[in-house]
Amino acid sequence: MKTVKLSSERLGVSNKQPSGKIKMSARDVKVFYGESEALHGIDMDIYENEVIAFIGPSGCGKSTFLRCLNRMNDTIDVAKVTGQVLLDEQDIYDPSLDVVQLRARVGMVFQKPNPFPKSIYENIAYGPRLHGLVETRREMDEVVESSLRRAGLWEEVKDRLDAPGTGLSGGQQQRLCIARAIAVSPEVILMDEPCSALDPIATSIIEELIDELKGSYTLVIVTHNMQQAARVSDKTAFFHLGNLIELNKTDEIFTNPQDKKTEDYITGRFG
Amino acid sequence: MSNLMLAGVLLMLLALAYQLGLTRSRKLTTDLSGQKVRLHSRPVYHGALVAFWTVVPAFGVFLLWRFIQPGVINQMIIAQLPEAIMAGMTDSDMRVFLRRITHLSSGFGLSDQPQPHELQAAELLSVLQVRGHALMLALMASLAAAGLYFSWQQIHPDLRARNQMERVVKVALIACSSVAILTTIGIVLSMFGEAMRFFAFVNPMDFFFGTTWNPRFQTAGTEGQTGFGMLPLLWGTVMIALIALLVAIPVGLMAAIYMSEYAPSRVRSVAKPIIEVLAGIPTIVYGFFALITVGPFLSSFGATFGLDIRATSALTAGVVMGIMIIPFISSLSDDIITQVPRSLRDGSLGLGATQSETIRKVVLPAALPGIVGAILLAASRAIGETMIVVLAAGNSPVLTANPFEAVSTMTVTIVNQLTGDLDFASPQSLVAFALGLTLFVITLLLNVIALVIVRKYREQYE
Amino acid sequence: MKISTVNPQDKTALAQQRDLMQQRVAQSLAKRHAKEKRFKLTGQLAVGTALAFVAILFISIFSKGLPAFWQATLTLDIYFDPDIILIDEKPVQAAGESDATFQERYQAWQMDLAFINFNGLILNALAEVIPEAAAHPRDAMRLVTSGERIALRNLVEEDPSIIGSRKRLNLLADANVDVWIKGNIDRDLADSRQQLSARTRGWVDQLVEQGVIKNRFSTALFMNADSRSSLASAGLAGAFMGSLMMMLIVMFLAVPLGVASAIYLEEFAPKNKLTDLIEVNINNLAAVPSIVFGLLGASVFILWFKLPLSAPVVGGLVLSLMTLPTVIIATRSTLKAIPPSIRSAALGIGASKVQSVFHHVLPLAIPGILTGSILGIAQALGETAPLLLIGMSSFVASVPSSPFDQSTALPVQIYLWQGNELRNFFEARTSAAIIVLLTMMISLNALAIWLRRHFENRW
Repeated sequence: MKTVKLSSERLGVSNKQPSGKIKMSARDVKVFYGESEALHGIDMDIYENEVIAFIGPSGCGKSTFLRCLNRMNDTIDVAKVTGQVLLDEQDIYDPSLDVVQLRARVGMVFQKPNPFPKSIYENIAYGPRLHGLVETRREMDEVVESSLRRAGLWEEVKDRLDAPGTGLSGGQQQRLCIARAIAVSPEVILMDEPCSALDPIATSIIEELIDELKGSYTLVIVTHNMQQAARVSDKTAFFHLGNLIELNKTDEIFTNPQDKKTEDYITGRFG
Repeated sequence: MSNLMLAGVLLMLLALAYQLGLTRSRKLTTDLSGQKVRLHSRPVYHGALVAFWTVVPAFGVFLLWRFIQPGVINQMIIAQLPEAIMAGMTDSDMRVFLRRITHLSSGFGLSDQPQPHELQAAELLSVLQVRGHALMLALMASLAAAGLYFSWQQIHPDLRARNQMERVVKVALIACSSVAILTTIGIVLSMFGEAMRFFAFVNPMDFFFGTTWNPRFQTAGTEGQTGFGMLPLLWGTVMIALIALLVAIPVGLMAAIYMSEYAPSRVRSVAKPIIEVLAGIPTIVYGFFALITVGPFLSSFGATFGLDIRATSALTAGVVMGIMIIPFISSLSDDIITQVPRSLRDGSLGLGATQSETIRKVVLPAALPGIVGAILLAASRAIGETMIVVLAAGNSPVLTANPFEAVSTMTVTIVNQLTGDLDFASPQSLVAFALGLTLFVITLLLNVIALVIVRKYREQYE
Repeated sequence: MKISTVNPQDKTALAQQRDLMQQRVAQSLAKRHAKEKRFKLTGQLAVGTALAFVAILFISIFSKGLPAFWQATLTLDIYFDPDIILIDEKPVQAAGESDATFQERYQAWQMDLAFINFNGLILNALAEVIPEAAAHPRDAMRLVTSGERIALRNLVEEDPSIIGSRKRLNLLADANVDVWIKGNIDRDLADSRQQLSARTRGWVDQLVEQGVIKNRFSTALFMNADSRSSLASAGLAGAFMGSLMMMLIVMFLAVPLGVASAIYLEEFAPKNKLTDLIEVNINNLAAVPSIVFGLLGASVFILWFKLPLSAPVVGGLVLSLMTLPTVIIATRSTLKAIPPSIRSAALGIGASKVQSVFHHVLPLAIPGILTGSILGIAQALGETAPLLLIGMSSFVASVPSSPFDQSTALPVQIYLWQGNELRNFFEARTSAAIIVLLTMMISLNALAIWLRRHFENRW
């Protein structure tokens, strides 16, 4: 099936933003799992400090594309990525770029909360310690506190930093994972359906958190929940069968979709 | 009738009874007026039930008879022995006498001339044996006939033959699964019983805490030189097991990590089975390998550094045992590492950790309990291992901290004390059971702890 | 600069902080990548070490053992000299003669035969190739292993018409001759420390040159039982028979019992504390040291049931008990892997529980059960320690004909041979025995792997 491919020029026109600086951009990104092609050439620009949501039916490639943005697909043996992904105009698939450094700049939060089986404190301290970001215990304490504060978890856990992270509730675990990502001061945070394993109250807390992080971080959120995309994102990209069908301001896409498939999906005719 | 013929007859009876049951139940499917009747159970079940009742009780009698007859006959023969001869007989004389008359009656003959009372007894023995056999056959035949007749009579469209047969099958299955339990009970009881007999000779305190091992027969002038102190043996066992773990843990664990986290699937599919070959090699082969290859190598290797390493020493046995348990540690750890959820790895890699950082800081700590369990299992294997130490440890039961010296272990001593003449009345033989019991308890504890840890670990990630 | 105290809304401070972070990450990189490489290398090294151990083990055994399959053998023309073999006609059972009297006559004839000097035949044959042998019979007879005169006697007993004829025969050389020509003893050792006299050694070299002594494939290794008087003809036949009997017992005892218990525990047993205990018990039984089973055998089978020492029947029973947990565990895991849908399908069309298990589940489990059983049997085949405790380490010079006869087993034979005083002959022969044992075990394992691959069910 051939779908309308959006050229970057067209995207540029339709997404004109006054103060926007392009943070990441993808050029003809294709992903192969063994023989089969899972993504058919994606072009996209992501602007600094905005929140962009990826929506689409399951299996449409939105998570696969997300994982291209910090090279998490490298960890899957059979996956192969072609095309270009630029971070501040630098190709992240270029051999000269270190994947460790890339992931320190582009953090990731996963679908299922995955705190390490360590204490809350150690969960947060993990990244800074790996990268050698702090020198003293005091500094580390400050990083842990400020990360937990930014993730809105500090008040809940400040008395039990030594308790295991796996003992927290699902929503708290997910915020812990966000705090863990924040602790290394990334520029971009990728979130892969961060609320799909959570109850509605925990979800709303995470959504508030995303709202607060907006402005300091570039956020890319994959969600299967259209309301969530409508609530939290500045822009929304609709994926279908490995193609990017439409990318536009969120209110535009939900009120006035350009493409028939987008409209069908948004109005619940499939997906 | 020989056993073989008897078996043949029983088998034929089985087939016959089955056929009879089958035919009768088939006939019942149409009643006198030619109407179809529904049987509760299919004819095969009726046949099987008849066959069961015909053959199994008779066979039971056979087994029971076999077990009881020799004792009863011996008693009858002894009962009719003349007083004068009985009076002079000790227990062992009696055993010799019984063996002699068995030989006489079976026609083997004796190397010397039999006594008149022996001839008489032998004759009685043959008579009794023939009579007993005949009695048994008669009993078996009547039981079989009765079983056949009554169960055949019973056949009826409403007879729940299938349910009855299934109950029989279930009972048989339960009987089979009780064998494993009986084995454990047998191990515990037999070792406990013999060990108690040993402790009648030797004070348990002296055994468990004594530091001299010298289980010689006490003859005049050597009092005080015998010692049944187990500590030198326990220490030898522990030292060799520790050396083995020192070899096996680094190699096994790192191999497991490499195989599960790094190795391309092609390398993995070749190397993993090859390493597991090590687990299948008989321990006697390891022992021989230690004796002719590793021992001399270590000895000359030590010599180049001015170290005096004996060819058969704790080190030799330990190193070879370490090689043997590498696959235990590597396969178990491999399983356990693979069970650590992918999401944890992703979480760490997503933060920019390198693969080795992820393994060392996230995967291994998460897998630690399971790995500890694997190591405990390997340790228990090392402690109970026999042939390697028999051949390569040098068999010198002394308390020494020097791994280059010859030592002895509990397993070696069990073998030494129980080979050759088996005299179950002396502490020199019985001590083997006390050692065996100790060994059993130690390995049991290690296994139980290991299994509990591993089970808990599995549940955590299921 | 402290990194955590910036206000997230302060864009410049945030950017500065990120730059600092990036610097620090970059600084750490070289060290971390080196560490990564070292770690991976350690892993490769560990795998390499383990593989090297396998290689060294096999190379050491095979390089020592393979030459032992070819044994120094003399090819001589034996003249069955009627002047030496002075014996009556072989008795034939006359019509009407009772078995007993014929047996007696035959035994008397055999006794006469046993007194004949068959060594004389060998000596004469040797004298044909080494003329001075006749003058030094003691040195000459050290060339041929002592068991060969029995072989000649058996030839005559089988067919007395051979007397008076010449026959070209292969006779096994003495063990020391084999050691000498294979270079397993230092040729420069002083005379007093050599096993063969200088004269015999000279003859050996001469005969090798003449082609009379050659290394020929050793059938003795496979056809003979163990021997102490004629070391060169010691073979594995007795041990092989013993092992075979024990494996048959294991096969017919441990496998059905184990499969039946597994079926009960997996399919029928209620899940409660008791079955939990049984499960723990079986897992533990699988990890009990093998020597403990030997102790069990010694006290229960030998002491209580008065079964004979050194008999394969006792060995088979002990090994069966040892193999039982292996079979149970393998069968249970096979049964567990069969999807419940199969059982539900059978129950759904009105089969009883027993029918569903025996007609539907069990047939699917057979490949897995076979694989597990074969692996269990292979493991039992290599087990030594428990057999030592039930007297199987005694020397047995005959091939057992029933499971109640005295016997050894292959691994025990290895144990016995490695302790033989003639080290430089038996080191190789033991290695050869190990090769035989390993070949059998590897074949069993290969069979199991083949079965698993061939019948593997994927649900």
